[in-house]
Amino acid sequence: MTEPNALAVPIAAVEAGENDLRLAYEHPWAVRFCHWLNTVSLFVMAASGLRIFRAFPSFGPKIPQHNLLNVPASLTMGGWLGGALQWHITFAWTYVATGIFYLAYQIFSGNYRQTLFVPKDVAGVWPMVRHYFFFGRKPAQTEVYNPLQKMAYTSAILLGFLSFLTGIVLYNPVQFSSLASLMGGFHWARVWHFGVLGAFLLFVMGHLVMVVLHGWRNFTSMLTGWKRNPEYLP
Amino acid sequence: MNRRELLKLSPLLLVGAFGIPKFRDPLLTTGVAFADWASAGWFRRNHLAPIFADSEVTPPDRFYVNTYDVDDPGVDLDKWTLTVGGDVMRPGEYTLAQIQSFPKLAQNTRHICVEGWDVIGRFGGTRISDFLQHVGANPKAKFLYVECADDYYESLDMASALHSQSLLCYEMYDQPLTREHGAPLRLRVPTKIGYKQAKYLTGLRVTDVVPKAGYWEDQGYPAYYGL
Repeated sequence: MTEPNALAVPIAAVEAGENDLRLAYEHPWAVRFCHWLNTVSLFVMAASGLRIFRAFPSFGPKIPQHNLLNVPASLTMGGWLGGALQWHITFAWTYVATGIFYLAYQIFSGNYRQTLFVPKDVAGVWPMVRHYFFFGRKPAQTEVYNPLQKMAYTSAILLGFLSFLTGIVLYNPVQFSSLASLMGGFHWARVWHFGVLGAFLLFVMGHLVMVVLHGWRNFTSMLTGWKRNPEYLP
Repeated sequence: MNRRELLKLSPLLLVGAFGIPKFRDPLLTTGVAFADWASAGWFRRNHLAPIFADSEVTPPDRFYVNTYDVDDPGVDLDKWTLTVGGDVMRPGEYTLAQIQSFPKLAQNTRHICVEGWDVIGRFGGTRISDFLQHVGANPKAKFLYVECADDYYESLDMASALHSQSLLCYEMYDQPLTREHGAPLRLRVPTKIGYKQAKYLTGLRVTDVVPKAGYWEDQGYPAYYGL
């Protein structure tokens, strides 16, 4: 059913009456599974994390305490600090397990080549930015992901790794004291952990906007793996 | 083709169990217990909690006092004794002078509250390990359980209790403990979260089974919470 091609993406040609369909298998099962499980985990981690932050919404001293912002309770989950900790600690497991499984799959299957932002992609970032934000001409799409997408997705994976490192330091700052001092100490680990959340929220917003703008096909391909007539196919 | 691929994602529906109240609590309890078990696993007996310079210590008036009940349960300091029991060879009442007869360890260590704030304090006291050895505690027992004058109670796993920085603390900032900080005796275990640092100790028991994990733990906070 699939035929060899230069894109390293399985392609299927489907006879569909007068209009021949060409289908590309963009997302293997493991990637789709991790994507949606991680969507749940990330949502729970963010919402319960904000509830934890409400208990001491500052990065300064306890005395005198200067609150940075008051996160509305409606944006949080867990109901109270102890409840939020239960959600945060429990979903940290699914979050980390998903991350390990995803990375292992990407590396051993070779599928990382589709996603990983590498030096040769650097030159293609600016043309994409110009296209999206400054009405530039749309560069030809030659791969499943364009350079800007690769950069965004690779950054998201790095953010996941950073959220884990800063999180484990906040949870066990004594056992991981070397890692903590690498981050500038317990206080700074808390700042970085929160900063990673901010970066994640920016990514998710951009990600959702692009999915809405660029259509249903990108969404369904993350569900079924297959995309109809992708523009990078001849 | 598409339907089959979509069906392959159906295991994800299992996450929906978190939406069902009947399953939610056991799942979250399991998640926390798993984290407790894992962090007990990577706890290193000989790894010291960071010790800070005097210049980094939080001034006493900026050391936040957290209470769950009363600032001062009205301990009669003259008549106070620590009731020691459980799996020990020499149970009984121990005076503060007896507890203070061991070598004193005074260190600047970080106290971290589960809420997210922290202070660096100077704490002095007797190593729990010295005292437990003196009373002939069974080193293979699993827990140290303490009771307090304000009806607070706590448990420590034995590995954390025997850590070389874990103290029966009777001094802060080189002065006898003030009432608000738990006079005359409190726990000071720098490898544990704040709510484990019980104040106003009255009883100490060595045991394999704790009736309750701790005041906050029994309301849903993690039972182990090592740092």
